[in-house]
Amino acid sequence: MLDFAIIIDSLPDFARGTLLSLQLMALSLLAGFIAALPLAVARSSSSVLLSRSVGFYTYIFRGTPMLVQLLLIYYGLSQFEWMQRGWEEGNLVLLLFREPFFCAWLAFALNTTAYTTEIFAGVFKNTPLGEIEAGRAAGMTHFTLLRRIVIPAGLRRAIPTYSNEVILMLQGSAIASAVTLVDLTGAARYVYSRHFAPFEAFIFAGIIYMVLTFFLVGIFRFAELRWLAHLRPRS
Amino acid sequence: MSEIVEYFPAILQGSLLTLKVALLSLVLAVLLGLTGAAARLSTTRWLRFPAVTYTTLIRGMPDLVLMLLVFYGGQLIINDIADRFEIEPFDLDPFVAGVSTIGFIFGAYFTETFRGAFMAVPSGQMEAARAYGMNRWQVFQRILFPQMLRHALPGIGNNWQVLLKSTAIVSMIGLTDMTLLADQAGRTTHQPFIFYSIVAAIYLLFTAVSGWGIVRLERHYSVGVRRATL
Amino acid sequence: MKKLIAAGALLALVMTGVQAKDWTTVRLSSEGAYPPFNGLAADGSLNGFDIDIGNAICAEMKAKCTWVKQDWDGMIPALMARKFDAIVASMSITAERKAKVDFTDKYYSSPLALVAKAGSTLKPEAAALAGKKIGVQRGVIADNFATKYWEKQGVKIVRYAKQDEAYADLKAGRLDAAFADYLEALGGYIDTPAGKGYAFAGERLFGKTAEEKAVIGEGIGIAIRKKDTDLKEQMNKALAALRASGKYDTIRKKYFPTTDIYGE
Repeated sequence: MLDFAIIIDSLPDFARGTLLSLQLMALSLLAGFIAALPLAVARSSSSVLLSRSVGFYTYIFRGTPMLVQLLLIYYGLSQFEWMQRGWEEGNLVLLLFREPFFCAWLAFALNTTAYTTEIFAGVFKNTPLGEIEAGRAAGMTHFTLLRRIVIPAGLRRAIPTYSNEVILMLQGSAIASAVTLVDLTGAARYVYSRHFAPFEAFIFAGIIYMVLTFFLVGIFRFAELRWLAHLRPRS
Repeated sequence: MSEIVEYFPAILQGSLLTLKVALLSLVLAVLLGLTGAAARLSTTRWLRFPAVTYTTLIRGMPDLVLMLLVFYGGQLIINDIADRFEIEPFDLDPFVAGVSTIGFIFGAYFTETFRGAFMAVPSGQMEAARAYGMNRWQVFQRILFPQMLRHALPGIGNNWQVLLKSTAIVSMIGLTDMTLLADQAGRTTHQPFIFYSIVAAIYLLFTAVSGWGIVRLERHYSVGVRRATL
Repeated sequence: MKKLIAAGALLALVMTGVQAKDWTTVRLSSEGAYPPFNGLAADGSLNGFDIDIGNAICAEMKAKCTWVKQDWDGMIPALMARKFDAIVASMSITAERKAKVDFTDKYYSSPLALVAKAGSTLKPEAAALAGKKIGVQRGVIADNFATKYWEKQGVKIVRYAKQDEAYADLKAGRLDAAFADYLEALGGYIDTPAGKGYAFAGERLFGKTAEEKAVIGEGIGIAIRKKDTDLKEQMNKALAALRASGKYDTIRKKYFPTTDIYGE
């Protein structure tokens, strides 16, 4: 039913594409996680100024499709004279925007930071009141409270929702193929257009994505077992 | 400037289509999500196993890949069956393919959200309810579900936002949503920036309305919960 | 009782298959991203040379035509999946494609050409392009040609889903040149305000060897499913009638007033 010759022929393309997808995803998620921690603290704080400012950022980036963000950065910015001149003159910062990989990474990172900030802010806000009161009664400063109670406990509760976010990022990275990047989906589209074989190209790519996802799900299940065991359902 | 304004009506129409697809998919996704979460948390193996398979399989592939498979593969299968029975195959139109695929995909994500939310309700509440003599359905309806909703709402909000935006992908199976129209308009006028910005603004409008709705829901379901100020 | 008979008649009508086997209605498809051959108007409808030819053929066939927009990548599979009956999207007739679909006679032909900034010294040869970034639309013969003859010699081929995306990146400075269908580049880019400052680099490629000619193809035709031989015959007849009556030239002059695009 499936023509395996096509798949075997295209294995190097798929391999390269997979590597690119993983790189893009890992770098975006790393940036997102690191940026989201302080932002989430700000977002869940009682200071209206802090909360609203971060809220504006997350509103913009959660409120628009990542595809549109990517196209805006890659095609939208490049239409401008000053950008093109910058490239001709060798402006190092602007030259970054000429590279599709950078544009994709930037769009993905901005995006995942926004989502992760909201996820973390949500769990931080939902810290059971009793735990906060206990911490305060024990004489913890605001910062210590965050460091020892809110953030660790919050991150635990965030594991299921954050696992969603990580996996969404893996799947989301597929749109990188919209701006000439030959990631896994890009490789599949290439194979497909070469051989007119939609099933072979996309099912095989799908299988690779699934294997990667299984791996991620396994990691998160381990994380849940280790750090969220106290909330497991009891039969 | 005038050539840009020419494209506005088409883009607005595309935005309505985007909304239609998103709302219908949401209904499907929530139904699947509740069913899936219940199945995943169940103690019986034959309920749990297919649910886990469903969530891992669907969450395992990009929306784009699934949609192409459903659209082209689905039509081929329908054609095949129709040929075998010698009847006229019905056309799997992009709208149906788009809604079913997105609904199916997000059903899996909602399963995880609801599962996390169910787990976040302290089991002491359920035990107390059973001790009071409530049967399982009453426990679910009066105790578990309302409190679960409070924990689920941020996740639901997140998922809805993601769902709404993933509808942009239906442009790839020929559905003229507003992202596709912005693509075309931008390339024809060589001014993609303004068109993508307009589409982004429309999405922000949708998000604002949704966000307001979610906040109202959160407030309703958080009545009586003591919240710490950090 | 009357209602029952009416319902039964309707059912019988539906079951005998209203799908046009006699081709009184034909569903045509085009991409809408390949001006001047097929593009999109402000209201989202298709326009261009391909669309005019398609409508003219239907008029000759005395058939009603509807148009379906389809992304280039999914053109042939969508045809096979019976989403429409014919592809009128400037698709080249190549042996590779003939393995899956059938083609009518050609309705124009075009060589390939390289597009770069005016005054560029680039040439459509692997040696001259080594290390350069060349943009093509994925899956068109320019892509096939560049992949087969240039990619392994160190030329970086960048693939886009739509032709216009390649031109956008050429203009922005991300590409050294775009490689495409000569006529499309002429009417869709170089002769337009967007293409100011850009010109053809080097000669047009017609294919020097038999192998190259096979990749470039035998002209542009309308793709149809292999089993629809009656549709193919009717379309060929209509096409010949258009050529004979001069209607073809009228349409052609709208887009290419001074160039004969039919070729030998």
